[in-house]
Amino acid sequence: MLDVKTRHLTNRRSIAWPLVVLAGVSLLSIVFSVTQGSVSLSPYSVWQALLGQGSGLNQTLVLELRLPRVMAAFATGGLLAVAGALMQILLRNPLADPYVLGISGGASVAALAAILLGISGILMSGMAFLGAVLSTLLVFGLASRLGNMATMRLLLTGVVIAAGWGALITLMLALAPPYKIPGMLYWLMGDLSYASTPWLAWCVLVPTCLILMPLGRSLNVLARGPLQAAALGVNVKSVERLVFLLASLLTAIAVTTAGSVGFVGLVVPHMLRMVLGNDQRLILPASALAGGCLVTLADTLARTVIAPEQLPVGVITALLGVPTFLYLLQRGRL
Amino acid sequence: MTTLTLTQLLAAIPNKPRQSEYALSLTFKAGQMWGILGPNGVGKTTLLHTLAALKVPALGAIELNHQPITSLHRLKLAQQIGIMFQEHQDGFPATVLETVLLGRFPHLSPWEMENEQDLALAHAAIDRLDLSPFRERALNSLSGGERQRAALATLMAQSPDVWLVDEPTNHLDLHYQVAVMGLLAEQANLNKVVVMSLHDVNVAAQWCSHVLLLYPDRPPIWGDAKTLLTQQNLEPLYRQKLAMTRLNGKPLFVPVA
Repeated sequence: MLDVKTRHLTNRRSIAWPLVVLAGVSLLSIVFSVTQGSVSLSPYSVWQALLGQGSGLNQTLVLELRLPRVMAAFATGGLLAVAGALMQILLRNPLADPYVLGISGGASVAALAAILLGISGILMSGMAFLGAVLSTLLVFGLASRLGNMATMRLLLTGVVIAAGWGALITLMLALAPPYKIPGMLYWLMGDLSYASTPWLAWCVLVPTCLILMPLGRSLNVLARGPLQAAALGVNVKSVERLVFLLASLLTAIAVTTAGSVGFVGLVVPHMLRMVLGNDQRLILPASALAGGCLVTLADTLARTVIAPEQLPVGVITALLGVPTFLYLLQRGRL
Repeated sequence: MTTLTLTQLLAAIPNKPRQSEYALSLTFKAGQMWGILGPNGVGKTTLLHTLAALKVPALGAIELNHQPITSLHRLKLAQQIGIMFQEHQDGFPATVLETVLLGRFPHLSPWEMENEQDLALAHAAIDRLDLSPFRERALNSLSGGERQRAALATLMAQSPDVWLVDEPTNHLDLHYQVAVMGLLAEQANLNKVVVMSLHDVNVAAQWCSHVLLLYPDRPPIWGDAKTLLTQQNLEPLYRQKLAMTRLNGKPLFVPVA
């Protein structure tokens, strides 16, 4: 039987506490992650570096190498987890994932094309972002051609478009010169080693979470189905559009920052729902924090487990995500 | 006194364009209990959805307390008009309490949390429909009848002035059929407008003060239940020969093969 947790959220404090705890854990995971690496640092020397004291080497290591990457990892995780939570509500399907609608597929095709053309850095990120936006508009346009956006049509359109991108990716890998293939594969599995600027991701994540706060209750109602939501006073069409566009934007930014990192959007909101119940006012900000922690720690593992070699972070999240998810399925919790 | 007034209203039934002599012009008043009767596919559900402003009518207008419902914000409308659907959508997994508490949605501002009073209303609605053992149970683990009661509890927590109920007795055993109709009658006594679609003409005969008969092939009629629920009116409605008897002074109709 299905076991769903109810929380009787009658006041702000019962929402605030889990968030305070998660914020504390987030801070710890960021600090821990900055201290770990090919050279281990003490939290004190990290603190000194942040204040502009300590050795020049430490300052470079913390401020220019580790901190940007850790912040990028955290923001990527937050973006993906919030996008996943939104997609699940929009499609009313606990198995929905930010990648299910082909958004990352579009980004991947564009990014791989950039690699093939020898484009890198900001320009490649820009292309990945355009690919994600193009894919989003394609799915949205096709799915809502007949006026109202039926969930099933949206899902099917997205899945088919994703399959199309998948075929293009395979084609590009098959035609690519051998020396370019490792870079392409790394990008496809998600890789934070090129993530130099976490600012874009943070600038999207924080305002989105703020926009979503007053929308949480509408999303709770929308989760019961569009007709019921409309009957209870939700402007379903505009809320659905906003949610779809926000989820797509978050995914596009995440993919642009770190390539396609899988399973975060699927696993994080789920685990939180099991512990905290399914009130979106709590689940959405909690997803941002917990997703951030997960990818931060996964990237720390990816950097250190076979150091000085690095693993793509997507491998770690998938290796953690797949067994966890299968376990949840076996427990009949979904 | 709440009134819901229909002026030359034609609901938009897909692929069934209707001429204007099928239009409805009537007023549902507070304290009345209306039953909408008609054969399958005649548009009972579509009419209820149209009254709840979930569908745009093909023709005509609906006014709530002399204000066109199209001029009211959807949230304001939901504070006053509530609807229980015939088919229960499978949404995201949720418990009975969470679902019933959503009935309070139109009464809260976006930044507001449900307060003790909202929670008390939800608990009262759950108790009223005998769902207290299922409070924490997942909605999709319940039987059809239990889900029907949960949907009604949500409507009760919403506590609108106009209750639109699509087939309230669906899936219910005889005990709960009577209990639920009793609940609706109680709401009518509290000066709410109660409008329901019914497939069981005997339920209408026993509980409704007014009926609206939707014919597939001739203009609808509406009015006092006692005068309209006759063999002459009902046989062409269902295209079925009926026998009538009386029980405690109320008519009882039986189909004759």
